[in-house]
Amino acid sequence: MPHTAFAPEATTNRALRAFLHGLPGVDEVGARSRAQDLATRSIKTTAKARAVDLAISMVDLTTLEGADTVGKVRALCAKAANPDPSDRTVPRVGAVCVYPDMVATAVAALGGTGIGVASVATAFPSGRAPMEVKLADTRRAVADGASEIDMVIDRGAFLSGDYLKVFEEIAAVKEACGAAHLKVILETGELVTYDNVRRASHLAIRAGADFVKTSTGKVSPAATPPVTLVMLEAVRDHHADTGRRVGVKPAGGIRTTKDAVRNLVMVNEVAGPDWLTPDLFRIGASSLLNDLLMQRTRLTTGTYPGPDYYTLD
Amino acid sequence: MIFEYAPAPESRSVVALRETYDLFVDGGFSPAEGGEYLTTLNPADETPLARVAVAGPADVDRAVAAARRAQETVWGRMSGAERGKYLFRIARIVQERSRELAVLESLDNGKPIKETRDVDVPLVAAHFFYYAGWADKLAHAGLGPDPKPLGVAAQVIPWNFPLLMLAWKVAPALATGNTVVLKPAETTPLTAMVFAQICQEAELPPGVVNILTGAGETGQALVEHPGADKVAFTGSTGVGRRIARSVAGTGKRLTLELGGKGANIVYDDAAIDQAVEGVVSGIFFNQGHVCCAGSRLLVQESVAEEFLPLLKARISKLRLGDPLDKNTDIGAINSAAQLERIREITDTGEAEGAERWSPACDLPENGYWFAPTVLTGVSQAHRVAREEIFGPVLSVLTFRTPEEAVEKANNTPYGLSAGVWTEKGSRMLWTAERLRAGVVWSNTFNKFDPTSPFGGYKESGYGREGGRHGLEAYLG
Amino acid sequence: MAERRSTGKAGRGAAEAAEGRGGSAAPASGVPARLAVRKTYKLYVGGAFPRSESGRSYPVTSSSGEHLANASLASRKDARDAVTAARKAFGGWSSRTAYNRGQVLYRVAEVLEGRREQFAAQAAAAQGLSRADADRVVSAAVDRWVYYAGWTDKFAQVLGGANPVAGPFYNHSAPEPTGVVAVFAPQDAPLLGLTSVIAPVVATGNTAVVVASETAPLAAVDLAEVLATSDLPGGVVNLLTGRVGEIGPHLASHADVNALDLAGSGELAVEFERAAATTLTRVLRPRPAPGGGEDAWLDPDPGTSRMTPFLETKTVWHPVGV
Repeated sequence: MPHTAFAPEATTNRALRAFLHGLPGVDEVGARSRAQDLATRSIKTTAKARAVDLAISMVDLTTLEGADTVGKVRALCAKAANPDPSDRTVPRVGAVCVYPDMVATAVAALGGTGIGVASVATAFPSGRAPMEVKLADTRRAVADGASEIDMVIDRGAFLSGDYLKVFEEIAAVKEACGAAHLKVILETGELVTYDNVRRASHLAIRAGADFVKTSTGKVSPAATPPVTLVMLEAVRDHHADTGRRVGVKPAGGIRTTKDAVRNLVMVNEVAGPDWLTPDLFRIGASSLLNDLLMQRTRLTTGTYPGPDYYTLD
Repeated sequence: MIFEYAPAPESRSVVALRETYDLFVDGGFSPAEGGEYLTTLNPADETPLARVAVAGPADVDRAVAAARRAQETVWGRMSGAERGKYLFRIARIVQERSRELAVLESLDNGKPIKETRDVDVPLVAAHFFYYAGWADKLAHAGLGPDPKPLGVAAQVIPWNFPLLMLAWKVAPALATGNTVVLKPAETTPLTAMVFAQICQEAELPPGVVNILTGAGETGQALVEHPGADKVAFTGSTGVGRRIARSVAGTGKRLTLELGGKGANIVYDDAAIDQAVEGVVSGIFFNQGHVCCAGSRLLVQESVAEEFLPLLKARISKLRLGDPLDKNTDIGAINSAAQLERIREITDTGEAEGAERWSPACDLPENGYWFAPTVLTGVSQAHRVAREEIFGPVLSVLTFRTPEEAVEKANNTPYGLSAGVWTEKGSRMLWTAERLRAGVVWSNTFNKFDPTSPFGGYKESGYGREGGRHGLEAYLG
Repeated sequence: MAERRSTGKAGRGAAEAAEGRGGSAAPASGVPARLAVRKTYKLYVGGAFPRSESGRSYPVTSSSGEHLANASLASRKDARDAVTAARKAFGGWSSRTAYNRGQVLYRVAEVLEGRREQFAAQAAAAQGLSRADADRVVSAAVDRWVYYAGWTDKFAQVLGGANPVAGPFYNHSAPEPTGVVAVFAPQDAPLLGLTSVIAPVVATGNTAVVVASETAPLAAVDLAEVLATSDLPGGVVNLLTGRVGEIGPHLASHADVNALDLAGSGELAVEFERAAATTLTRVLRPRPAPGGGEDAWLDPDPGTSRMTPFLETKTVWHPVGV
């Protein structure tokens, strides 16, 4: 059967290929229609209030710009620690996500808050760098205090069928992570087909990923609902086969509370309620947080809030 | 954490229910001559919704006479382009009043608002829109250079898709220049009465559409009326047989869309998650009150062990309850009688040796409810593999080879629908070619479109509705 | 035909305002009670209404010779931009569902019906039609949109189908739009004729660059306003006013134009057909023959004759076997 556990030590490209291409296909129309159907779920009142708080706790508050500065990262960390200065009941976010050279800044700024720092690594976003550079990138971020590493896979290798190279890179980065959690970015916008999304998910999971993540946010489309659906099916199936739970992180394009709640519905109905925790589901976003805060206000006060009442970054 | 969805009911306020509804004859509403009424209930809580007139033979006479008059003096003489514009108007009004129609349909039928809102009502509008466009193009339909209407059509429709079945009957009949007398089902007459109002709003000439409510005797009087040139019926095979017998020798044209026992064939190379989804919607869509439901799952033995747990896990996520809640997947069974039939035949399945499974599922106290049910270990000899249950009950059988799948799928007096799940195109086409069924869905199920013909082989009836083929039933 | 060139693109608006020809009846004193606000007739390209990049316009007169308005005099570059816009819109429009295209075309009919007074007055002024004839032409134009709205989801059923090839193969043919169609609208039928050539092109999923009637282009610009407010995506229909002789050759020889409707190309039809031959651009020769006015377009059921020239047939084979 397709879901048989795959033994990493027995890895050859041929074996990997046989395994990945033996996975059941994904019918594009069917996957889209399932995602669309789940998006019609109507989450109101108390359910919505809980969903908004849950979503806030899952946000990986992110800044990944060439123009990032120490000041910008500190401001983001302040926001992460205290999303709404006027309301102390707001839960804290999942993590702050920055470039490797900003890890030390973020760790210092978040000291004492308990909020982790995630760092992208391995020549994010393209992944086009020699292996030793990618590993050095990773080790440095971990040494500076990153508790989570968001690596990118080599999409070129994947698309050319060199699954072993992708597998070994992930395994090597996992080793370089030490105690840090590893999120593996598939960049599904470049993999294009849902068959590829399913295969890349299983490949990453079996190479040691703690999370599979959709996108860098630099390629469009990013985290579309059907892509997240297929990845949730992959972690669900892996759990059924091995008992190990792997997390999922959609990133890019999730800007509104409605998008976030739809993601939670999908988690709930596809992977199951066990995944409704920041340990197993994160949302990579920046502007989403303020929309969640505004919806929170809307739910508590009954009036529509304006963006000027929420802090930037 | 537990992510409980709070109730999200659609508002009933969009529907203005009248206490009583009279017959729609010759452009106006009038009481039945017998003065009799029946009460239609909300199957989700058994509360009465409205009283509806019961048409007798005298009412059938005057409705058929009105339809005849309208056909001969107005509708049959009108240019196709003008007829078409009336149908376009109706399509637009249906779109404008879509929420009202959706809520009313859910109230009267018990089906989830999600379905009436996203499936039934949009398809109704689309159907009128499609046939509106045919009205002035009949010469291009491949049925001869100048095809002619038949005259007056007597149409009897079922309770499972009340307004959609009305559209399937009325739109092609009107587009081709026929006039109609239509009888909606006894338990679901209300959207048809709103449709009568829509005909008035569209300023459709009086007598072109006549709607007679009532029960079986009304329907029988209608289809047996000598003034009808055409009979169109959707419903059970038993009634269809009776109608075919009564029409024999009368010269009336007849189309029948009857029962089914659709097989959903899942090959071992299927896209498994989408196949699960298709099997679930194939049988649980509209509580299984679907003549083309995929009520028999034929799963290849080599994949059955993997498939069934996924299927059951998916069924466990279905939400049964208030039809007006936007998150409801499975609504109420339409009537007490239907619920009793589903119970009886499902119990038989168990008694005959099938293994019965339903997810943990709280049924509401009032109303007619039946939990989604899977019967495994079913064989071809079991009643549940042969008889139409018309409810949320899936019978699971297995097969070893494509030949065996086709043999089992065809081994039924019915022949309405079938499903084929495989990632291999040639196998799909091979299977489809051999299936004796009027509609074969591959890697999807329960898809409907006004451009696509629908209808059955064998005891599932004859004639096609929808598409270019649907015109043939109304042209001579 | 006269031609005017403004001093510069930026100054064009001011120049128009200064021209200020009166519109309302002036009382005896010579002081008008209210001066009518006139419409500037522009091109319709990519969903916007630009002036000609050339900054030129030409006067349009009524059938009796009175000045009605100035129309933009489109240039070669405007034609090029219009083809670019039509190409850009093709992917989206051709992949809409047939049902959706039908809804949009029906919406055009609805909006046109709502403005029938304007079009009837326009037809009476521009063509000298009696009011009754003008009404008849407008009604026929509205109904023509409805007619083609109905064709969007039917022409494939009428023109396509299964082919019973001798062998274990599934074989199916279906029509597909050819792409960008350059349409030379009839010269003597500026509303019904125009509608009758545009609607079949877009109903089948093509996009159009339309050259309006040279002498009676105002109805075309008015129609563009209807299209722009009818859910028709920008770029699906692009409208140029100007001279067939000036922009026509560039459209006819344009390598990114897939087909030509030569209805209003007059004596240039053969020249255009020859130019089209270089890239094997599909050609619909002028029909009905020019000179019949709007009446030549009154047949309520033109059938598929104006759609098939702009359709390609695609046949798909697939084996049948386990």
